Amino acid sequence: MDESWKKAKGVFAALGAPPVLWLLAFFLVPLAIIWGYSFGENKSLTEIAVDGTFRNYLHAVRPLYLGIILKSFWFAALTTLFCLVVGFPVAIAITFASDKAKSWLLLLIMLPFWTNLLIRTYALMAVLRTEGYINFTLAFLWNGVSHLTALFGHPLGPFQPLELLHNNFAVVFGLVYVQLPFMVLPLYAALDRLDRSLLEASLDLGAGHFTTFRRVVVPLAMPGIVSGILVTLIPSVGAYLTPDLLGGPSSQMIANVIERQFKTANDWPFGAALSFLLMYMTFLAIAVQAIVSRNRRGRER
Amino acid sequence: MFPASNAFRSSRRSLLAGLGAAVAGLSFSGLEGCAQKGPVGPNGEELKLNLYNWDTYTGKTTLADFKAATGISVNMSLFATNDELFAKLKSGNPGFDVIVPSNEYVTRFRIADLLMPLDLAKIPNRANLLPAFRDPPFDPGRRYSMPYTWLVLGIGYRKSKVDGVPDSWKWIMDSDRYRGRIGVFSEADDMIELGAKYYGHSVRRIPLPVIDQVAEMWIRQKPHIKIFHHDEGQDLLLSGEVDIVMEYNGDIAQVMTEDPDLDFVVPREGSILNSDSLCIPRGAPRPDNAHRFINFLLDGKTGAGVYNTIKYPTPNAAALALMPEDYRNNPVIFPPAEIMARCEYADFEGLDRAHLFDETVTRIFAA
Repeated sequence: MDESWKKAKGVFAALGAPPVLWLLAFFLVPLAIIWGYSFGENKSLTEIAVDGTFRNYLHAVRPLYLGIILKSFWFAALTTLFCLVVGFPVAIAITFASDKAKSWLLLLIMLPFWTNLLIRTYALMAVLRTEGYINFTLAFLWNGVSHLTALFGHPLGPFQPLELLHNNFAVVFGLVYVQLPFMVLPLYAALDRLDRSLLEASLDLGAGHFTTFRRVVVPLAMPGIVSGILVTLIPSVGAYLTPDLLGGPSSQMIANVIERQFKTANDWPFGAALSFLLMYMTFLAIAVQAIVSRNRRGRER
Repeated sequence: MFPASNAFRSSRRSLLAGLGAAVAGLSFSGLEGCAQKGPVGPNGEELKLNLYNWDTYTGKTTLADFKAATGISVNMSLFATNDELFAKLKSGNPGFDVIVPSNEYVTRFRIADLLMPLDLAKIPNRANLLPAFRDPPFDPGRRYSMPYTWLVLGIGYRKSKVDGVPDSWKWIMDSDRYRGRIGVFSEADDMIELGAKYYGHSVRRIPLPVIDQVAEMWIRQKPHIKIFHHDEGQDLLLSGEVDIVMEYNGDIAQVMTEDPDLDFVVPREGSILNSDSLCIPRGAPRPDNAHRFINFLLDGKTGAGVYNTIKYPTPNAAALALMPEDYRNNPVIFPPAEIMARCEYADFEGLDRAHLFDETVTRIFAA
């Protein structure tokens, strides 16, 4: 027994070492370097001196940047809310579908991942823009109705295209479109494990559909909801492409500011400090969430 | 039957060859050290040259002609922004012989000591340059760079949707006449410097109060602006997303051939000039080939081939003389001299300046 475990340990090490080394060399080490930069300053165009200064962080917590971070969280929260509202019924529908339909539906949910985010965002631009597909369709319908009313002597005015692109609406819409699969999949995983007999029991014992949903389905699906919220919220806060391409004059999010520090402003230490500020905040949020859920579990016991 | 299958095979082979060339272009930098040396030319350098260039920035036969003339085969890689170019060379030259930075980045590269001084004796064709490009402020005496193209920022507009010619920055920066149809170049330097120009200042060494004044103006103007774009102003104009947009003359000239309702003007207050320049980075493995290539590009006939394809204004008198009428007299490619006299090069004024400009536009975008 003991010996076979030792042998297995060798196998584990052999299998585990490459990914661990990979993670160490290509994820943790670069991340540590950037973390080091956040305590440094520019010495020249090509050199950064890491001298333990907190200047970058002091600069990053000024109202200008905190305001942008707050706004990014607000966009991300809205996105997460819409994803939850739209994603929950979708996840339930997939759960209740037949086994064959289920795999097709899951495939459809994952299908967008096969196309690059940039391409999908450009596709969305073609749909939303002033002379895009939505406005094109609306103009067609509008003109049709206008022809009809003209028969009675009251033609409608010229069609005014909807302003769908290059504003904050477009950013949240784009984020929901991108993040929705990340919400649906964990919800589906949680709902699929749910014991159907509990639902029947709840309904038999006189609870309506809404009460059953609220008091049985939601609490049982809570782990899925929480992980869905986390995997939607965190990437949304750091979204960069979506506000950049779909946003308007006031859609700047924190990742756009960070990007400029690394590119045009050439201020890597400050960009690093902003990135890590965001990361500390995210860690804090996850820690608070973990403590809250542990306390709740403690109370339930 | 057989010819058809042969044709298929040959086209597939050429596709594979094309892929091979693309892969070689991506990977040569890593292989530079251990690659086997190819044939060597009379100057003792391998018959090869690594060019790092903008996309669609050579003539159709330029590189093939160079090979025919000298036996040197050019391996071209592409970059999309000056920042990308600078980042690639910042931590050491991965094997490029010739690069094409814009003027402000020529300064950046020079300050960072990343450029090799040119041996002007090896570039006799520099005599072809127009006088205005022989001694620019960003490279006095042309010690480090040779001009390849130049470009100027101005206003691209849809003729049927604006009143007359919008020949002032006012219509972009300080007026609600074209409310919701305005596109602005989101580059921090250009926004601040052109704002200063509108207020009658030089684009260089802008005083701090003027920077604040410009920021206030942009914040006031923001509700009327449709979008801050990233150099895709010509596409926004073409697709009808905006009717008046801040953009480069060359970019608007390209879409004007597709839509006759578009036009371009350099505002009467003046504007910012840019010049993409040929440079040899430090550590270039084949400096003599690089000099020969730069000299070749400055040749009148080669230049005419290039500018005929890319439609950017040329700084080269010999090439200009060979160009057709509709290029030489195109007011978009060559805006009137009295307006051009009010245009100037911006300057790289240090990292603190870059940071200040960036923070100012962050403030504008966040307002």
